[in-house]
Amino acid sequence: MFPKGTKRKFSDSGEEAGSNGDQGQAASTSVAAPRTLTSSYSLQRQSLLDMSLIKLQLCHMLVEPNLCRSVLIANTVRQIQEEMTQDGTWQIMTQALAAAQCPSDRLVATEVLCRQTDPATAAQAGQSPKPFSVVGLEEGYHSEEVVMEGEVETEVTMSTLSPVSQQMPSASYLAGPFGMGPCWEEEDEDGDGEDEDDDEEDSEECVSEGEEGDRDHLRADSRTGEQVFGTFEIKHPVPPADPALEELFSDVDPSYYDLDTVLTGMQSSPKMGPYDLLESLSSHGPTTLSSSSTCRSDLNELDHIMEIIVGS
Amino acid sequence: ADVISTVEFNQTGDLLATGDKGGRVVIFQRETEVVDSGEYNVYSTFQSHEPDFDYLKSLEIEEKINKIRWLPQQNAAHFLLSTNDKTIKLWKVSERDKRPEGYNLKDEEGRLKDVSTITSLQVPVLKPTDLMVEVRPRRVFSNGHTYHVNSISVNSDGETYLSADDLRINMWHLGITDRSFNIVDIKPANMEDLTEVITAAEFHPHHCHLFVYSSSKGTLRLCDMRASALCDKHTKLFEEPEDPGSRSFFSEIISSVSDVKFSHSGRYLLTRDYLTAKVWDLHMDKGPVETYQVHEYLRSKLCSLYENDCIFDKFECVWNSSDSVIMTGAYNSFFRMFDRETGRGVTLEAWRESSKPRAVLRTRRVYTGGKRRRGDVGVDSLDFTKKILHMAWHPSENIIAIAATNNLYIFQDRVNPEAQAQQ
Repeated sequence: MFPKGTKRKFSDSGEEAGSNGDQGQAASTSVAAPRTLTSSYSLQRQSLLDMSLIKLQLCHMLVEPNLCRSVLIANTVRQIQEEMTQDGTWQIMTQALAAAQCPSDRLVATEVLCRQTDPATAAQAGQSPKPFSVVGLEEGYHSEEVVMEGEVETEVTMSTLSPVSQQMPSASYLAGPFGMGPCWEEEDEDGDGEDEDDDEEDSEECVSEGEEGDRDHLRADSRTGEQVFGTFEIKHPVPPADPALEELFSDVDPSYYDLDTVLTGMQSSPKMGPYDLLESLSSHGPTTLSSSSTCRSDLNELDHIMEIIVGS
Repeated sequence: ADVISTVEFNQTGDLLATGDKGGRVVIFQRETEVVDSGEYNVYSTFQSHEPDFDYLKSLEIEEKINKIRWLPQQNAAHFLLSTNDKTIKLWKVSERDKRPEGYNLKDEEGRLKDVSTITSLQVPVLKPTDLMVEVRPRRVFSNGHTYHVNSISVNSDGETYLSADDLRINMWHLGITDRSFNIVDIKPANMEDLTEVITAAEFHPHHCHLFVYSSSKGTLRLCDMRASALCDKHTKLFEEPEDPGSRSFFSEIISSVSDVKFSHSGRYLLTRDYLTAKVWDLHMDKGPVETYQVHEYLRSKLCSLYENDCIFDKFECVWNSSDSVIMTGAYNSFFRMFDRETGRGVTLEAWRESSKPRAVLRTRRVYTGGKRRRGDVGVDSLDFTKKILHMAWHPSENIIAIAATNNLYIFQDRVNPEAQAQQ
């Protein structure tokens, strides 16, 4: 229970008690006042965070998304995350995420990686629904865990995004919106080199979005979190202790989650199946491909190389 | 009819141009036969921009006209700049009311004559014909912008203009299309560090070396091009200190400036953010000198407005000819006018059902408490799909043009305080 300190000011005076976890009214905070977490406030903050992340994700349109809008939403997400970090909520959540991860996930991930089949069904079958369960922190707090904990690259990225923890779970939580897809804009004409792994991983995410329908039954929280985090499911966690997988991902560029790399030609590629991406990942050859600025050309090269390697 | 995306009077006010989402430009001309008429009739229509496709990024480029700016008139023809997200075009609008007749080698329909039938030579003469308005593209300024162009502004020197996108501002010469000077670049080396974008830019009306640009963080930067070639360092930064008492998660979003306009005098700046319109004195950068609440009743609805994306709507703002009145749009087809001398504001409506041609506009009110009057509109019954984003004020008279989705309303003040409506 929280002490009855100074209550946060709600910008809508009449709706204070009426927040029910849905997109409630905005809560204004008095910065000078000591922070006391009321459950409704944290609920509202969480729903705002979810909403913002969804907004950042729904950028797979044919027309370039509005950069100003994306920047403003991203700043809001950052602000919430900073506040949650200060509150200690962030730590609790990341610890919960870490606790949720179990060894079986690791095995499943390896298996799925090596298998040349549809990773979607494999993930569905193998992975426990635990990562998607509701973690009860304070009352009503719900978190959509992200399966992609442990990925090396996310850690590096998060160090730039958030001032706080470099824990992988926390990294993965927020790596989403920025690693997601063309949420910003696409081309960086200065040619910030992007490794083609970025393309394939990003395409992977794009692809998995289309499969989110399959994921529904795994969701414990069947709300917006599905769309937001369903896309992460296909990302296979890289347990640091597994040398084989480490080697697999050793070539992966940590700048993968750079906005720059996301921007550069990062187009939604729903046409590319997860099959292709998995093949690319297990081919050990992401860095051998020349960095190019478009997803499409990379896909062609991937296909080409896969044909050579697989010999089919 | 398509959704109107920009409205602009020319320097004399005789012509009014509108651009729409379909890339078309419609030019209206003020009726001259009736004296003091506030009526505008269609003068010319042309397709300015076509939908395009960026093959490198696999993205469509919208043909929507973001801005139109007229050039000062120098001869019988009129010139205007129109821009979509990527490409700016210079169009020449000219009239033709004569045509040559009496060619030797061609007949009246333009067909070649049989040479053997020609027995004598004649000199072609110009004969008057029906008025024809020709619009031709004279310049195409392409490949200047990676990001979406949000503003163009013609310089007072009559030779150059600026175009601003989310991260950069370029200066062009009207006669040169293959080169532009980059004068502002706020793109960070690492795009992850991007937290601020350019939202609008304008040249000073009299000083050809000064321009201002606004940002998504609510700041204004005045730049002097004499100081350096790249104006990344501002000459003056205009920023209002944040009120810590009203801070919320939406503070930054609602502080984002959606439009900035110099006053005709060049002394003041008018800016619009989500809830207010502010007047700034160029000589004072600590804060605005006047703040007008456009729709403060929305402050408690910010979360819902964030959810439905309305919080990102970009409203424009305009000065009247004498800089004594400012005007800006709102929701529910409402727009607001503020008298700077008295500080009082009035709400008017641009809606077909409630205004007949020549009818007097009545003021509207949004009910926010206290005694409710007849005709008051409750905050929850506001229609947020009916936004008044684009508008223009005649350069010398009290005639305003309001774009309401796909309708254009022209109102004129006939000496009386109330305006009269015309569609």
